[in-house]
This record gives sequence, structure tokens and C-alpha cells, in this order.
Amino acid sequence: MSYHRLEIKDLTVSYKRVPAVHHVSLELRCGSCVGLLGPNGAGKTSLFKALVGLVPLETGSMSFHGHNRRSAISEIAYLPQRTTVDWDFPITVRCMVEMGRYQALGWWKRFREEDRRAVHQALEAMDLEDLGDRQISALSGGQQQRAFLARALAQEAHVFLLDEPFSGLDKPAQDLLGSAIRRLANAGNLLIVSHHDLRTVRDLFDQVIFLNGELVAFGDTGLVFTAENVQKTFQTHIFSGSAHEPDLAV
Amino acid sequence: MSLTWLFEPFRHEFMQRALFGCALIGFTNGALSAFIVIRRLALMADAMAHSLLPGVAVALLLFGLVPGTLFVGALVAALLVAFGTQIISNSSRIKEDTALGLLFACSFSLGLVLISFSRISVNVSDYLFGNILGLGDADLWTIYLISLIVLPTLVALERPLLLTVFEPSVAASQGVPVSTLKYLLMGLLVLSMISSLQAVGVILALGMLIAPAATIYLLSDSFTSMFWVGGILGCVGSCTGLLISFWLNLPSGPSIVLVLGLIFLLAYLFSPKYGIVAKLLRPRHLHEASLARWKPRGKA
Repeated sequence: MSYHRLEIKDLTVSYKRVPAVHHVSLELRCGSCVGLLGPNGAGKTSLFKALVGLVPLETGSMSFHGHNRRSAISEIAYLPQRTTVDWDFPITVRCMVEMGRYQALGWWKRFREEDRRAVHQALEAMDLEDLGDRQISALSGGQQQRAFLARALAQEAHVFLLDEPFSGLDKPAQDLLGSAIRRLANAGNLLIVSHHDLRTVRDLFDQVIFLNGELVAFGDTGLVFTAENVQKTFQTHIFSGSAHEPDLAV
Repeated sequence: MSLTWLFEPFRHEFMQRALFGCALIGFTNGALSAFIVIRRLALMADAMAHSLLPGVAVALLLFGLVPGTLFVGALVAALLVAFGTQIISNSSRIKEDTALGLLFACSFSLGLVLISFSRISVNVSDYLFGNILGLGDADLWTIYLISLIVLPTLVALERPLLLTVFEPSVAASQGVPVSTLKYLLMGLLVLSMISSLQAVGVILALGMLIAPAATIYLLSDSFTSMFWVGGILGCVGSCTGLLISFWLNLPSGPSIVLVLGLIFLLAYLFSPKYGIVAKLLRPRHLHEASLARWKPRGKA
């Protein structure tokens, strides 16, 4: 069986000529759940932002299943950290998931039966169908994260970039989110998850990327997730991270 | 008992014009207010409104009292202040709100100085509260045309605008031109500010730009209803205020703002979900079932 691939070639992202992510090349395939590990300021968010076109690429390119970023735009969903969202926004969970359909609908087209179905299925897949009419701040942290995933599902994306989805969640919420992510990967999607908690890496991810400005290691969790790589990534600072990434502080 | 007093206002042409202007401005500003409240632009709008003054003054000095030039003057002044704010905040460590506050204070003062040179006497209270009872044809046309630009633009761009104000980074990742839309929103704000300025003045325009959506925000969890019901509330509230001012012989502009403020107060107090009274009446003790569950453990 052949898998769709996300290919990243020689990717460099810099802020004012100071590189935050340095010549990273990766080849990831759908159907897997990939952990992105690195200290603060290692360029995890920068890498995500570069993949969805929020920051310009200094060098390199990316492609998904042979398409460049521009033509694969609806295939890739970026799920920012929960803290960046105004949860008092007057919007229900269902409306937020409906936003995932905006791209397919364009700016004017009316909601069709298939859009409603996609939204319903997305809510169902994330166990949120009973909470659809709640205002978004009435959700718990884990539910909020699953609502983001539901929106990405409604968008019919196949690559999910999750920025620190587990931070601030208690154990049961982490487990629920972990199994939701696992189901999505088993359904043939590619999930790249930036992550802090090294204890849960083995349970969650098929593959891991160690990033600290540049790529330290990449491969199957069983092979690459070693004390040596952890040491290399979290102890040595190749670029003195945070100072070079002013945008990450926001 | 005779009810002629009730229909008295509709018989005067100046009141008909005022009601028409009020309804249009009320609806446009009320609908736009959803974005102002959500994007937290209320103080920004206030500052922008005040900073229009030097533009109006320069237009007055150069061309005298001609509606068209006043409009262009105000527009240029607003754009200069908006861009000046961006330039200062982007090129130094001064934050946007500080830059805006500074520029607006200077701009308003410059306007007052310039007006003192003009031979035409301009009443500053007219600038602050306008004169809705003296709407001319040109004013009505300006209001009408600006509503015709602002409302359809907001309706047409509702989806990308909603995405942009909710989550700019996600919107940008989906290819929505986020910064263009932000400038567009600013532009629409300036336009409707100017349309209300001639008719109802700075303070009233601001009241109409904030009160309706702020009220609906306390009553509903839907952005779409903030937009449409906000528009209707702005329209109905403004006309009610105007009629009350006629019947009770009160100044019209302030009456409109006070009516809108009163409606907000009612929502603040009595909104079923987010109101103060509902909050106070909400039971504070634990649910009976949870109490029962906790008891045995407490005893043990």
C-alpha cells in the first residue's frame, strides 16, 4: 500500500536573517503519528508556521503528495496552541467546526447537505456531538483541543499540525486526546504533534523528530528515542533559541 | 384623549429626514459594532473619530463649508492617523495603543488650533454631538451611499472576516488575506464614522458603534445575531431615542445615546445567561446529589 508523503527539503526559516529552523529535510508518510520534540525556542512552532505559509521560507521547499504548499493548502490544517484563542468569542462548537468548511465553500456559497454531514461526522468522530450547541468556553481543555481536531476533520485535511495539544491537560483528558489522535492516524492521516512531556512519547508516537534549530534525529520511536538523542537535543543549544524567535514569544 | 402628539413628529419634514438618517446610521453602525466589540476596537474607534477634526478644519480653511470637501478632509486625517499609528508602533518599542492615543490627542488639538484661524465659527459641541435635526440632502446622500458600501461589504466578507477576527493565524494558513481584511475593516470603520460624524457627531457615532453589539454580546452566543440583531437594535434604538427627544423636548443626540445605554443596562442586569441578576440568583450550594455523595466520606 502506498502512502501520501509530506516531503520537506532543506527548509530554513529565519527572522531578520537569524535562522530559527536550519536546513531541515524530512520525509513523513500518512498513517503515522509523529512527535516533534525540542526545547523552548527550538523552532517547533516556526516549522509549523513555515509549513502552512505563515512565515516565508528562507531556503528549501515542501510538498505533499507531489503538490506544492499552495495547491495542497486545504490538505494541511494548523491547530495553534489553545492559549492563542479568545474563548469568550460568541460562537458555538458547531459554528467553529463549520469554519472548517469555509475554504471548500468559498466566501459566498450556501451551506449544502454534504457540508452539514461533514460537520456532523467530524463532531461525532471527536465525541463532541452532544456539545455542539455549547459556547466554546464551556468546554474543558481536552474538549477544546478535540474541537480543533473536529474543525480540521471538517476541512478534510490529511496533515494535522498540532502545537502543544497536551499541555495543561490532566491525565484522563490526555488519554482521550491521545486515542483521538491515534484514531486519526489509523484512518490514514499524518499527525505532527509538538510535545514536551518525554514520559508519554513512547505511548503516543510512531516516529519522533528531534529539533533544536536544526534536525538532530528523526526515525521510528523505538530506534531514535534514546537518552543520547534527548541529551543532544535538550542540552546543547545550537542556536540560542528564544532570542532569535521574537514571534514565538507572542 | 387625543393622540396627535404621538404622530406629531412624523408631520415635520426635518423629523422625517432625521428619522431616515437615524435608521440608516443606526443599522450600519449597529451591524459594524459586532466587529468593533469583538476586535476590541472601541477605544481605537473613539480615537479615530476625534482625530478627524484637523482634516475637517483644513478642508474648512481651504474650501469653506462644503460637505464633499469636509468628507475628504476627514478621510485623509483618519488615514494619516491610522498609518501614523502603524508606523510608530512598527518602528519603535512604542505599542499601538500608546501611539494612537498620542496621535489622536495631537491631532484633535491641531484641529482646534486650525479652526481658530477659520473665520467660520464652528461649534465644538456640534462636532461632538452633531445636529441630526438639521440634515441636508447632501448629508442624507452621504449616509445612504456609505451604508450602501459598508453593509454589503460586511455581508459579502462575513466568513473570511469572522475567521480573521477569531483566529488570524488559522485564517492565514487557509489562504485568507488577513492583513488586507484588517485594513479593510479599519477603512469601513472610518467610512461609517464619517457618515455619522456630519449627522450625529463623534460621541453619538461612537455610542452607536459600540452599544448595540455590546448589548447582544450579553444575550447571545452567535456572532451572526450580534451582526444582524445589533443592526436592528441600533436602528430601532436610535429612532426611539430621537422620538423621545421630540416628545419630551430633550436634545436629540444625547437622547439617542442614553436610550442605547439604557438598553445595554437592561441586558447587563437581566440577561438570562450573562446578566448580573441571573448570576446572583444562581444556586450557590452544591447540588443535592453531590451533597449526598460527599456525606458518607465526610463522616468516615
